[in-house]
This record gives sequence, C-alpha cells and structure tokens, in this order.
Amino acid sequence: MADSGAARPRLAPGVRLHFDKTRNAWVLLGPERVIEAEGPAHEVLQRCDGTRSVAQIVDELAVLYVADRTVIESDVIEMLDELVSKRLVLKGP
Amino acid sequence: MIQTGALLLSPLGLLAEVTHRCPLACPYCSNPLELDSRAQELDATTWRRVFHEAAAMGVLQVHLSGGEPAARRDLQALVVVAHEAGLYTNLITSAIGLDAKRLAGLQHAGLDHVQLSIQDVEATQADRIAGYDGAHVRKLAFARHVVNLGLALTVNAVIHRANVGNVTALVALAAELGAGRVEVAHAQYHGWALRNRKALMPTADQVVQAMDEVERLRTTYADRIVIDLVVPDYYASRPKPCMGGWARRSLNVTPSGKVLPCHAAETIPGLEFWSVSDHSLAEIWSRSPAFQAFRGTDWMREPCRSCERRDIDFGGCRCQALAIAGDANEADPACALSPHHAKMQALAEWAQAGEMADYQYRGRPALHPPPPRLAINPRAGS
Repeated sequence: MADSGAARPRLAPGVRLHFDKTRNAWVLLGPERVIEAEGPAHEVLQRCDGTRSVAQIVDELAVLYVADRTVIESDVIEMLDELVSKRLVLKGP
Repeated sequence: MIQTGALLLSPLGLLAEVTHRCPLACPYCSNPLELDSRAQELDATTWRRVFHEAAAMGVLQVHLSGGEPAARRDLQALVVVAHEAGLYTNLITSAIGLDAKRLAGLQHAGLDHVQLSIQDVEATQADRIAGYDGAHVRKLAFARHVVNLGLALTVNAVIHRANVGNVTALVALAAELGAGRVEVAHAQYHGWALRNRKALMPTADQVVQAMDEVERLRTTYADRIVIDLVVPDYYASRPKPCMGGWARRSLNVTPSGKVLPCHAAETIPGLEFWSVSDHSLAEIWSRSPAFQAFRGTDWMREPCRSCERRDIDFGGCRCQALAIAGDANEADPACALSPHHAKMQALAEWAQAGEMADYQYRGRPALHPPPPRLAINPRAGS
C-alpha cells in the first residue's frame, strides 16, 4: 500500500471494530482473531469504510491529532500494510 | 490464534454447543461418547442469559457449535440473542439443514462469520468420511450461498489418514469457494477420534509431507486466503498450548448447560463441573472446581514445573496427559521432555494398522460385518 494513497481500504468481510467495555479498549474482531487496536489505531480503522482514500484518512488524522502529516502518513501506511497482510483489511481499489 | 497485547485474563471466547444432534457421523467428532439428548438441551431463553453473562465478563466471541447447530429450529433466535449481547457471532456448521433462505435469516439476525466443515475434495470419499450421502455437494452449494451473501467464510478440514494426501487440493478448494480462511486441522484424538484412532492416524511420512505442503501453500496463497494449522500432536516434540492454557481464554457450554474449560474435559475423572442452571457464568469461571483444577502453574509436576516454557504451552493438553500418561497432572506426552513421549510415538505407529472400514461413526451403533449367510437354511422345513 506504500505507493497507493488513492486506495480506499475497508475491513475484510467478517471483521469489525468493537469497543470492549470490560478491558476499556478498542479491539478488531475477526474469525478466530482478537486484536487490540492500540492508541489511535481505532480512529484509522473507523475510517476504513471503502469510501475514504488512504490520503483522506491521513488528512483527517493530521487534523484530529494536530500532527505532522508525514509522520501520520507513515504510521497509517505501516499499520494498514500489516492488517492487509493478515487479511483483516482489504486494500480496496 | 489470539493476540491479546495488554488485555486482562477474562475469557475471550465462548464455545456454545447448542446441540449434540448432527446428521453427520464423522469418526473424529470432538463430541463426547455420551451425547446429550434433545430433551436435555438448554432453551433459547437460557442461552440468552448465558450470552449476556458472557459479554458482561469480557467474552467477545461466541462460536455456535454442536453437533449441528442447524438441527435446532430456533437457531435464528440464538443468533439474535448472541448478537444483541454484543458478541461476535460465529456459526460452526456442516451446512446440512441450512438453505439459502435460512442462511439469509441468520445474516439478518447479525451473524458475523460462518465456519464450514469439508471432509475431503472428492464427493464419494468425503461422504464416506462424514457417514452421510450427498453431504459434500450440499456443502459446496452452501459455501457459495455464504459468499454470495457477502458473509465471511472459513473452511475447516480435519486431517487424518484418508485425506492427509489432499491438503493442497483442500486449500485450493477452499480458495475456489471464496473462503477468506482455511483451517488445516490435524485430528485431535479425544472423544470419537480417540475411539477411531487406529483408523485415522496418518504415518509420520504423511504428516511431514502435509506440514511441508502447508508451508508452501502459505506462500502460494499469501494474498488470497489465510491458512491456519492445527498441528498433529502425535508427531510433535513440544505440546500445543491447549486452549491457550486451562481456564485462561475460553469456556465451553454443553447442550445441557455444563460449563467446561475445554470440550474434552469431561473425559478427566473426578472433575466437578458446574451448570449454568445453578450458577452464573462468572461464578463458574472464577470458582468452579473444574476451572480451578489446572489453572495457572501450581498443579504442575516435573518436567513442567521448572520448565522455561511452562507459561508458553501451559503443560499442553490435560486430556491427552490422561489418555496416554494415565494421569491428567502429568506433562502432555506430546512433549519430548515427558517420560511418556516414547509411548505416544509407539501408539502412533501401532495405530497405523487400521482401515476406513473400521470407522465407528459418531453416535451410531458400532458396525460389525453381518454374519455369513448360509445358502440353505439347515432348519428350513424342519
């Protein structure tokens, strides 16, 4: 996904984001998978809706966290690459 | 396969065995030899309470299993209450009894994921393993319904001597059906599988080859399907961290409401299981004798007690320790450090003498060849 800011990622079928009240944490739930969405990860995942591009997601997070866009971009891309390799997120067109 | 990060040790998963009834009769079924009857099954109202109690104590995922869950006419009501409780709802099914319409109803009720069992790649052989004519074709049609509805699909293939050579073809079939994930699950020799061990056990060479195939397939299918492997204990040198540790990650409720730390736990004599009819799930999780019996590491003997891996594999499987070492407090004999490891290897070798014809199908009376019939009844006419 490194070169594809235009891609519109979405959660894979059978994967959803859930707020776990017991552990006070966001988790990504999939088939036989429970992955804690630490820190700002849930803000990224909530935006993986198949309509927003990676570039848009980065823009929105840069505003939300009042942070350097370049830093946000590399974090977001690294995280999405990892979730794509686990097939929890689909790259999208 | 659960990653937890900093999550606390409240359970994450609930295996809800809503019925033991099943049209199939797979000889490796993980259900106990003594099956609960329909009359003993918990009703949907009780399951609703159990699901809400589970969610309140931190359970995130429920696996509706059996038997065949679709044998219950109120399956959709069970999905509704699981979903309402906020649980990620997974249906573990043989597909028999689920047409496209009923499946759409389950999706509407909030079903998150479907896990479908496939016995083999070729229909005649697959149906013979399942003990049910026509099952395979119906499974393929069902898988297509699942994918067409946009539901997530996992294919589960239990691996044993009759299909161990077909791992590549099974993964290819799962991918072709549109599954996002496939489980290559070497048979676990408990319950019916233990009874059929001699007819199911592959050879060491077959297992090595099947494991190599999975490694290659993971590369080939990296961007198409997730391949999860359940390793074959009898040829292992280190035990599996069974259930992620006893009473640590998940619980299992039987059709009649008994709560077990794992589905085979009832094979261990002397354990006291509590029922959801008498106690809350949280009470059972924290206080019931069966859950306390092997929780943590205090129960361990050597070689586990001083082992550097004791918090990694938790001594392996208690049921397997009982079945082979003769004592549930021993190390899992799958471990090369167990004094009973050689016995397990010898059992694997011994077991290779069986045949498919020797299958004792789950829940069906033992089959014996009929006595030879005499051409002429000697007492005829007398």
